[in-house]
Amino acid sequence: MQKYSVFNLIKNAFSSHENWEVAWKDPTPKKSYDVIIIGGGGHGLATAYYLAKEHNIRNVAIIEKGWIGGGNVGRNTTIIRSNFMHDANGRFNEFSMDLWRNMSQELNFNVMFSPRGIINLAHSDAQMNAYARRGNSMRLNGIDAVLLNREQIKKIIPMADFSDDVRFPIFGGLMQPSAGTARHDAVAWGYARQADSMGVDIIQNCEVLGFDVVGGKIKGVRTSKGDIKAKKIGLCVAGSTSILAEKLNMTLPIETHLLQACVSEPIKPLLDHVVTFGAGHFYCSQSDKGEMVMGGDLDGYNSYAQRGNLPTLQHVLTEGIAMFPFLSKLKMLRTWGGIMDMSMDGSPIIDKTHIDGLYLNCGWCYGGFKSTPASGWTFAHTIAQDKVHKLNADYSLNRFSKGYLLDEKGLGTKTWIS
Amino acid sequence: MLFIKCPYCGIRSQNEFAYGGDATVKRPQLNKEISDKEWDDFVYNRKSLRGKHLEFWHHISGCRQWFKVHRDTATHEIFKTLKPNEEL
Repeated sequence: MQKYSVFNLIKNAFSSHENWEVAWKDPTPKKSYDVIIIGGGGHGLATAYYLAKEHNIRNVAIIEKGWIGGGNVGRNTTIIRSNFMHDANGRFNEFSMDLWRNMSQELNFNVMFSPRGIINLAHSDAQMNAYARRGNSMRLNGIDAVLLNREQIKKIIPMADFSDDVRFPIFGGLMQPSAGTARHDAVAWGYARQADSMGVDIIQNCEVLGFDVVGGKIKGVRTSKGDIKAKKIGLCVAGSTSILAEKLNMTLPIETHLLQACVSEPIKPLLDHVVTFGAGHFYCSQSDKGEMVMGGDLDGYNSYAQRGNLPTLQHVLTEGIAMFPFLSKLKMLRTWGGIMDMSMDGSPIIDKTHIDGLYLNCGWCYGGFKSTPASGWTFAHTIAQDKVHKLNADYSLNRFSKGYLLDEKGLGTKTWIS
Repeated sequence: MLFIKCPYCGIRSQNEFAYGGDATVKRPQLNKEISDKEWDDFVYNRKSLRGKHLEFWHHISGCRQWFKVHRDTATHEIFKTLKPNEEL
């Protein structure tokens, strides 16, 4: 594989950049593979990469219905954080943070990881107490957390509304300084390029039509490009999980919901942190292009539409303007939607299934981007070793029936109440 | 904007309504031995269909009645609304 470096950049400049190798090939599927990963999003691509790199399993195919990076890995708001209270979530996502820190070097692809810090604003004494507790839990797990008062917040984000007559005054906030953002497309492309170079077949525009299960063991998949045999199959299809589960006669603790995001027109550098509104559900950061990147609540009803309705967007941006009044002066550049695999306790599932050789990775609940490397790493381990790693042991499928829920937000099973 | 026909009030905008989830989920019958699997299916497991979906909505900023909506989860088209005791 051709290395991306300043020397190769100069060298290729002499041939007008016409002789770069393709970043990944476009192979026709083989008759059989050791492992097939269904879903060419961030998690699927990362899984294939770590299967090849950590476990030396290279006879692997990724089957993607659309094109790689066209789903949620290209639709999220690029936030990376590990500010969780529960031990299992904290450990898992801090492991993910470690992988993010070296990702550009490891993948030889600039993912523009920017640890600019995330601030969760608090708007009451009770919320400050809750954040103090969460921050302490984080620090016990070795994750950085700083509780900030109103004056400290004002120094960092003076453009927020600190006037006296607001409905939700800013009392303070919890900051994770090491959190940040990354360029989401680059993550998909970086993993794809490295996986391809180690022998993984990335098969795009290939829809899974059904599964071949014999005697409780997975044998292969039926696809729009023909039948493909596989010893092991991993599902990494996020919002489409329930569609494939139906083909396997499985009913999962998952509902698919719609989440919108939007960006404003680009403006000069203003906001150098990720900031979330604490009296509702709104988050905001500024991209390197200068756009304000914003998101918030689910639309609130089951949907596979990948496009949302205006009332939710209006509701979310009303919160945004309450926090940052200057947002009202900006024009909206783009809005879009994605479909989320909402689990019944708000935490993901990375586990084996009752079908031998079939593995499940789902339930990311509009929070999957930050977990991309750890998800791929642990899912690759689970597939390769046929057993869960201690990092994803708590993300089991049977935790619902056993009563070991991992309910970070304490919301219960109404997944649409985000 | 979704426009939902409340069986009691007529067509209103989605702003007046709250979602209530899959309307085909049945609570296990009382006075009968209930397995863990049955509780699991009632509390957690959902078909989450792509296509026609029967679901509860609540006219929370209107008459405050619960009712059923038959809606397409891929296109958001609403086919029919029913009172909670009516079947499709």
